[in-house]
Amino acid sequence: MNLNLTLIGQLIAFTIFVIFCMKYVWPPISAALVERQKKIAEGLDAADKAARDLESAKSQIEDELRQARTQVTELLEQANKRSSQIVEEAQDKARAEAEKIMASAQAQIAQDAAQARESLRADVAKLAVVGAERVLGATVDQAAHKKLLAALAEEL
Amino acid sequence: MALQNPTPSEYIQHHLTNLTYGYHPDNGWSFAHGAQEASEMGFMAIHVDTMAWSVGLGILFCWLFRVGAKAAHAGVPTGVLNFVELMVEFVDKSVKETFHGKSSLIAPLALTICCWIFLMNLMDLVPVDLVPYLFMSTGVEYMKIVPTTDVNATLGMSIGVFLLIIFYSIKIKGVGGFVGELTLQPFGKWMIPFNLLLEGVGLIAKPISLALRLFGNLYAGELIFILIALLPFYLQWFLSVPWAIFHILVIVLQAFIFMMLTIVYLSMAHEHH
Repeated sequence: MNLNLTLIGQLIAFTIFVIFCMKYVWPPISAALVERQKKIAEGLDAADKAARDLESAKSQIEDELRQARTQVTELLEQANKRSSQIVEEAQDKARAEAEKIMASAQAQIAQDAAQARESLRADVAKLAVVGAERVLGATVDQAAHKKLLAALAEEL
Repeated sequence: MALQNPTPSEYIQHHLTNLTYGYHPDNGWSFAHGAQEASEMGFMAIHVDTMAWSVGLGILFCWLFRVGAKAAHAGVPTGVLNFVELMVEFVDKSVKETFHGKSSLIAPLALTICCWIFLMNLMDLVPVDLVPYLFMSTGVEYMKIVPTTDVNATLGMSIGVFLLIIFYSIKIKGVGGFVGELTLQPFGKWMIPFNLLLEGVGLIAKPISLALRLFGNLYAGELIFILIALLPFYLQWFLSVPWAIFHILVIVLQAFIFMMLTIVYLSMAHEHH
């Protein structure tokens, strides 16, 4: 409990330790702490920004998906319309073709029938003449009876 | 001179005596044999144990924190750096809450005070007989390992703080401002002697109270450990364990109080009244 030189010794030691701490301990640590604070703040900012980017990317994706979906439905509709149109066109064409074929066939038939009738008529006239010759036993004057025969053939 | 079967008062006396080296009127420069000789040496003596332990612990503090400072980087902290940063941030927060000026000295000062005093107080938890016994067996008579139970140690630090108070008072307010603060308050210029007495006592009380608060608390704590050590060995744990646990709080608290009061005094020195 005596006051003595220890007092001065302690004062000197204390001063040296404080100066050491002030020069070599405090500045690097507090600088590192400040820098870390900055880094953490930057990191948090970057994370926020990334989250925002993700959000916007998500909404963009949704937009594009929606757009693609509407496009697809549109395309489908168009395709449907087009296919039904093609079918209709084909049907029309086929119908027209069929009608044409039928018309030509009928014309042909009519023509053939007319021809047949004509030839029949000619044959009938001939047969009639032959028959008449046979019946009359004499040659029929072709020229004199031609008119009569034509009238007959017309009637048949 | 190892004591054979000491009486309780001899035992306590022995444990409370520093290893003193100094100039004795009869023996010249020598180690003191006993408290009587130590007090006869007067001011021209030094407590070797106090100096050695406190400087050793101070070097331990400097080394530990220097390791941390060298490893300091802005990445993920590990190991020693974690602990060092924890302490630095704690001290920095305490300083910023109280001291609003800008000073590159106060924060490191507070850190040094806090850690150094804590380490010195920590020696109080070493069993009271262990180190003195070891030194006794190598022929060293006295060994007081808790520097803060030596009033020289605490007063040395508080005088350092006191010098800083005066330095900053004069630096911030000028000699005139500081003298004016001491003499013109609280009662105006017609009561200058009375004001000086009042403010002077207030000023001197700061280092004295700083030193004696720490010294008193640790001295009393050490004394109680010594008293417990006088009990029969099978009873000692019953008292020394609770007291040691309580003392963990005390040693931290005293280091913190010394640091906070230093910050408060220095921030008062920076402010105009």
